[in-house]
Amino acid sequence: MQAQRQTYCIVGAGQSGCELALALRQQGCTGSIVVFGDESHPPYQRPPLSKACLKGELQEASLRLRQPAAYERAAVELVLDTRVARIDRQSKTIVLSDGTERAYAKLGLATGGRPRRLAIADGQRAERAGNFHYLRTIDDVRNIRAHFSPGRRLVIVGGGYVGLEVAASAMACNLSVTVLEALPRVLARVTAPEVSSFYERVHREAGVDLRTAVEVRGFEFGPGDETITAVCCSDGSSIAADLVIVGIGLVPNTELAEQAGLAVDNGIVVDEYARTNDPDIVAAGDCANFPEAITGRRVRLESVPNAVEQARTAAASLVGGQRPHAAVPWFWSDQYDLKLQIAGLSSGYDQVVLRGSPSGRSFAAFYLQEQRLIACDAVNRPQEFMMAKRLLPRGSRIDAALLADESVPLKSFEPPPA
Amino acid sequence: MRLRVVDRDDVEHVVDVPAEGSLMEALRDLEYGVAAICGGMCSCATCHVYVAPEWQERLPESHGDERELLAELQYRRPESRLSCQIALQAELDGLQVTLAPEE
Repeated sequence: MQAQRQTYCIVGAGQSGCELALALRQQGCTGSIVVFGDESHPPYQRPPLSKACLKGELQEASLRLRQPAAYERAAVELVLDTRVARIDRQSKTIVLSDGTERAYAKLGLATGGRPRRLAIADGQRAERAGNFHYLRTIDDVRNIRAHFSPGRRLVIVGGGYVGLEVAASAMACNLSVTVLEALPRVLARVTAPEVSSFYERVHREAGVDLRTAVEVRGFEFGPGDETITAVCCSDGSSIAADLVIVGIGLVPNTELAEQAGLAVDNGIVVDEYARTNDPDIVAAGDCANFPEAITGRRVRLESVPNAVEQARTAAASLVGGQRPHAAVPWFWSDQYDLKLQIAGLSSGYDQVVLRGSPSGRSFAAFYLQEQRLIACDAVNRPQEFMMAKRLLPRGSRIDAALLADESVPLKSFEPPPA
Repeated sequence: MRLRVVDRDDVEHVVDVPAEGSLMEALRDLEYGVAAICGGMCSCATCHVYVAPEWQERLPESHGDERELLAELQYRRPESRLSCQIALQAELDGLQVTLAPEE
């Protein structure tokens, strides 16, 4: 009797889950591959949501990661609008929210994350209001777009990448925009003060009312609590609002893994091969906590490049291969005419070297630790970004004075090709 | 419209695609296609292709960001382009490209 085809189940139909499924097939998997997604949309790109999509420049169809035919050709089954409620590792089944059980031979967790909720007394009341939004999904953008018209007063809570991208998109649509950041500067957790100041200036010059070191204390509501009418701040001010968008970070979706007894510590704990502590289960993308190759530190990254790369590693592990996840972390953020590309992880730097001046609209900030390059924020500087990405894994010493000198060609920092 | 795509194993494929969107989007759908990680923002250079010589001048010229990214690629050649910056249209029927190695 022929053995039944093995089933590879993937929980999560975002960028990582989609890549994991297709990479499995590319890497020779002959089993059935089923992807479960809790949204009703086929896998799509999230980065444009806060940018082109919010501005109405991009149709939803263009967000699709693959055309439907690509899944058919790869024999990848998409089960959408379906939540996975539980994993039973003993019987090797997953249980869907309607109680249906599906057996798996191998399981991939690409559960991503959800917006961090506003943890204040008025938070839940605010979430029920029709003009209060988080931004993570196509449906969020649809709801926001309904209010996104010229002259509307938008208050953005959170001066991270999402908040600032939303601010830039809203200015392009002629809304009146206020950004509230609880810390003393925007992007405080991810960039140097020089880069924060640059973005603060750019947003203020564009007309954004940007306020730092201000926390949200509560809201004023219209009749029946149907809408928020104002945002109340820790400095005593109250800001009239037609629309409130909160972007204060992401919480990894680890509950399924946790309930199944997998190791979880700021994400689902995996090794450099994306393997969890169960040999039949891998995890990848925003939900996974892994040893970063260059620093050796355990990190959880929220980025498309990481989601895609780690998914490929996870796929290799599931078909019996070994492909360590060692790609240089990188990120990007588009605001106004500024293309920010980030290579590496700047945490732990002891020196910042600027190449070009933040008083213009094109410069790079290099982050050094004991004279070694660990990260680069490149604003409209693709060449500096690409150079940093190549140099980072080498960990060689670099002369800060030369790096800051624009008359010294970038090429001179790289050893000649062997 | 029709594309002739040479994959990274030097195998040529003839594929029919709609004459819309970017070349990157068409290539991304192929099993042997491009990663296109940034989704067409001209940020990552993972949709790098070589355009066959007879087609090069029939494409619009590359702009600043594309040129700067290409300049930094290890596998760059004179016929290099980022496929996300090439809009597909009926006039490009028969376009021949070769996928560049992943960096």
